[in-house]
Amino acid sequence: MDATKLVHMANQIAQNFRVHAEAEAVRLTVEHLKSFWSPGMRRALQEHAQASGEGLEPVAAAAARALG
Amino acid sequence: MNRERDLGTKPTGSAEQVKLTVDGREVTVPKGTSVLAAASLAGLQIPKLCATDSLEAFGSCRLCLVEIDGRRGTPASCTTPAEAGMVVHTQTPRLLALRRGVMELYVSDHPLDCLTCSANGDCELQDVAGAVGLREVRYGNDGEQHRTAPKDESNPYFTFDSSKCIVCSRCVRACEEVQGTFALTIEGRGLSSKVATGTDDFLSSECVSCGACVQACPTATLNEKSVITLGTPTEAVETTCAYCGVGCGFRAETQGERVVRMVPSKRGQANEGHSCVKGRFAWGYATHQDRVKKPMIRARITDPWREVSWDEAFAHAAAEFRRIQASHGVDAIGGITSSRCTNEEVFLVQKLVRAGFHNNNVDTCARVCHSPTGYGLKQTFGTSAGTQDFRSVAQADVVLLIGANPTEAHPVFASRLKRRLREGAKLIVADPRRIELVRTPHVEASHHLALKPGTNVALINALAHVVVTEGLVKERYVQERCEPKDFESWARFIAEAKNSPEAMEAHTGVPAADVRAAARLYATAKNAAIYYGLGVTEHSQGSTMVMGMANLAMATGNVGRDGVGVNPLRGQNNVQGSCDMGSFPHELSGYRHVSDDATRELFEGLWNAPLSKEPGLRIPNMLDEAVGGRFKGLYVQGEDIAQSDPNTQHVVAGLEAMECVIVHDLFLNETAKYAHVFFPGSSFLEKDGTFTNAERRISRVRKVMAPLAGLADWEVTQGFARALGLPWSYQHPSEVMEEIAVLTPTFTGVSYERLDQLGSVQWPCNDKAPTGTPIMHVDRFVRGKGRFMLTEFIPTLEKSGPRFPLLLTTGRILSQYNVGAQTARTDNVTWHAEDVLEVHPFDAENRGLKTGDLVLLQSRAGETTLRAVVTEKVQPGVVYTTFHHAKTAANVVTTDYSDWATNCPEYKVTAVQVSRASEAAAFQQEDRRRDVALRQVAPGAVHASK
Ligand code: SF4
Ligand code: SF4
Ligand code: SF4
Ligand code: FES
Repeated sequence: MDATKLVHMANQIAQNFRVHAEAEAVRLTVEHLKSFWSPGMRRALQEHAQASGEGLEPVAAAAARALG
Repeated sequence: MNRERDLGTKPTGSAEQVKLTVDGREVTVPKGTSVLAAASLAGLQIPKLCATDSLEAFGSCRLCLVEIDGRRGTPASCTTPAEAGMVVHTQTPRLLALRRGVMELYVSDHPLDCLTCSANGDCELQDVAGAVGLREVRYGNDGEQHRTAPKDESNPYFTFDSSKCIVCSRCVRACEEVQGTFALTIEGRGLSSKVATGTDDFLSSECVSCGACVQACPTATLNEKSVITLGTPTEAVETTCAYCGVGCGFRAETQGERVVRMVPSKRGQANEGHSCVKGRFAWGYATHQDRVKKPMIRARITDPWREVSWDEAFAHAAAEFRRIQASHGVDAIGGITSSRCTNEEVFLVQKLVRAGFHNNNVDTCARVCHSPTGYGLKQTFGTSAGTQDFRSVAQADVVLLIGANPTEAHPVFASRLKRRLREGAKLIVADPRRIELVRTPHVEASHHLALKPGTNVALINALAHVVVTEGLVKERYVQERCEPKDFESWARFIAEAKNSPEAMEAHTGVPAADVRAAARLYATAKNAAIYYGLGVTEHSQGSTMVMGMANLAMATGNVGRDGVGVNPLRGQNNVQGSCDMGSFPHELSGYRHVSDDATRELFEGLWNAPLSKEPGLRIPNMLDEAVGGRFKGLYVQGEDIAQSDPNTQHVVAGLEAMECVIVHDLFLNETAKYAHVFFPGSSFLEKDGTFTNAERRISRVRKVMAPLAGLADWEVTQGFARALGLPWSYQHPSEVMEEIAVLTPTFTGVSYERLDQLGSVQWPCNDKAPTGTPIMHVDRFVRGKGRFMLTEFIPTLEKSGPRFPLLLTTGRILSQYNVGAQTARTDNVTWHAEDVLEVHPFDAENRGLKTGDLVLLQSRAGETTLRAVVTEKVQPGVVYTTFHHAKTAANVVTTDYSDWATNCPEYKVTAVQVSRASEAAAFQQEDRRRDVALRQVAPGAVHASK
């Protein structure tokens, strides 16, 4: 899937958790991605984060990198 | 045909019983029951004309007179309550003479053309004349003269033939009491009194064509045109409306396999005998000439369709899907289940995907409407469903209506709500638009919070802020029922100044004082209920908003009893059901995540197939992946994503990029233009099954006629599954329900037998609740303790600006349904022949627009043209349209922004520009050109005929 779109969606999720402390926000974002995103989408996001990470906000970037 | 029993007056529902004697028969009835109804319950029919059990007793016709021992005179039994020990006589010589006299008067003024009258055999006047033994009419027969009185045939579905009117006022009262529209009055006095609409005719009046007056009329005065054309029905089958999420129960009244009329059933517990124009009248699409009757295939979308046998279609589709998986991987195909199909049919499609496609790429159109409801209510309460039954609104003291327009989209619920409001309950409307309920006859909202589109969360936070900071939290409830830690952190968060009405005013545009007053009204009511629609969910923070409403309801103790709750008004008939049936890519039936090993093993055991524990693709993800070249095959059951989903051009690009699209539908819809296989579908009249409405009520759909294409939808999915090698051999949908019950804890008590016994049942229905659960979370939440969630307001990125200075929001209209596939093929187009754009006079003036002008509507996604209507229903800066007609293609302009948690599209906010246009937009012109090319069927094709 188009990286811009994944980045947009991941940022949106992270933003909605930013009301929590950062570590918690990252944990919740990871949990959300694992529950609702297909493995292919998660993989593509992770690859993007590990490559340039362009456009990803910090919580989203941390979550994307933490995807196992 | 067996008619529905008419007790004459409304049931009282009192628990206290009284015993009386009627014509020597002892009968025990609830206190408050009329003598008329008591007699009927004792099996005795007292003649009556002005009474019917959907209306309050009126006492005008003087036919139901009785004698009561110890009482003087001959009281009207319809207005006399039964009392303990009463001895009633219904057939004395004195009564018979009196009744005959009354009937003589009626009949003297009535044209006696009974044999050729459309209501012959179905007329209460005729029945009563027979029952009282009327043999002569001493006053002559002036009624003859009325025959020339003009008929009002303006309504497409019923006529008003005033020559036959006995001025019983049942129609007037039905319009007031049942429908709440007040379109009719009795004009004049005495013999010259008559029923009037206040305008030239029914069509130009306030009438919304619900048909309640037609049903109430005891004569042929108000009569369905279908009955006039076809004659009276001979059989009746109980079934369920296939339109909106109210899920009204109906009697399909037929002559053999031909439907003569649909009559809302009094046994229907969602509607209790009422309906709207769609369910009652707009069923003609089922036999419309556009129905496709044969399966078809084609290699390329530019080829004409070729009709084939079912077997060939199944084999071809299966071979294509297996070929795609072999060359592009197991995950390259998926399916979409329909919220219009039955639970059993939906269940089979998701089973096919999981067990036959070997992935979880299954989604439902609920994705684009109520998926945030699923997420939000599950997080807070523990399950993805509304908390109440519809009846509960009769106990509400304050109703907070958010982003819903019930008089248009959920009309029968609206009638219940209006009744409660006329009794004095208060209404708060939160909607960018001035919906009808803001002010309508005998109803006026206490507050209209006309927020800017996209600021729901700001508003709900501001309301909750007032509750928390003004000490309006129901502390005891929260302590007993909710997670304390979550409540504390929520209360701290919501009390922050940034969430105050004053701070939020900058976002919402709603004066802080109004918000404060509304919050106090809601929080201090004995019973306060929230009802909401797609104006809540279809936003980038749709899920957050659902949680925000749940927070507010919990904080004020408004969950878990009659009259309160958080209630989604579902769009399509089976949105609730399709979600319950495991249509989401991350959930099996009963909302259990696919990663839950124990649940998966249960399914794997029964289905004898390994299941994936990873979530699959959601509809927008499938389309994105298709555009990216990784998703190649899609089975679409009864949905028209090319019209209903946002950003049409992107949807079309996705569909065009696929190698095999299977459309399973009644009609060659917009999506079918990009399809390679077409499975003809069956309408709700052609199959057995169940629908689940917005109150979790499971109701039976019963077959009235054979499927036009030979197979019911569940049989089509089974045929396809078998071609893919799955050993399915269901003989009847009841067997699918048995499987659902085995696999789904909230459904273990559901079976067709149970449904036949109870009429319908609200899940959970299991050992703990064998007759179902009208109200949820009574002593504890499904998840145990209610969980408050932090709901920070994050403005959408979709903002108006110099290029696109207006905000477009979308909605529905009463006479039309969804993308119009059904209603646009009925006479409902009389009321709404095209989608129009509502523009505020201020914005219209700036652009030199007037009502009727063709306008160009542009967004960053695309552009379309439609006609403008200048109205103050919308606020300055906001424009509004509906998406019922394909030619308008409103979704060409909506964008692919979506809810953060569920990808539910943000239909309700699109930045747009509006300007005068001289011709159709480029997309529409191109679409019209391609429309013909992509819908060709090879010569020799057979279609259903009318
Ligand atoms: S139209 Fe029918 S219901 Fe209305 S007053 Fe006349 S007879 Fe009665
Ligand atoms: S059809 Fe409905 S709205 Fe119209 S006059 Fe009859 S009861 Fe009233
Ligand atoms: S469309 Fe909805 S309100 Fe109208 S009859 Fe059908 S279920 Fe009832
Ligand atoms: S039915 Fe009782 S007065 Fe008409």
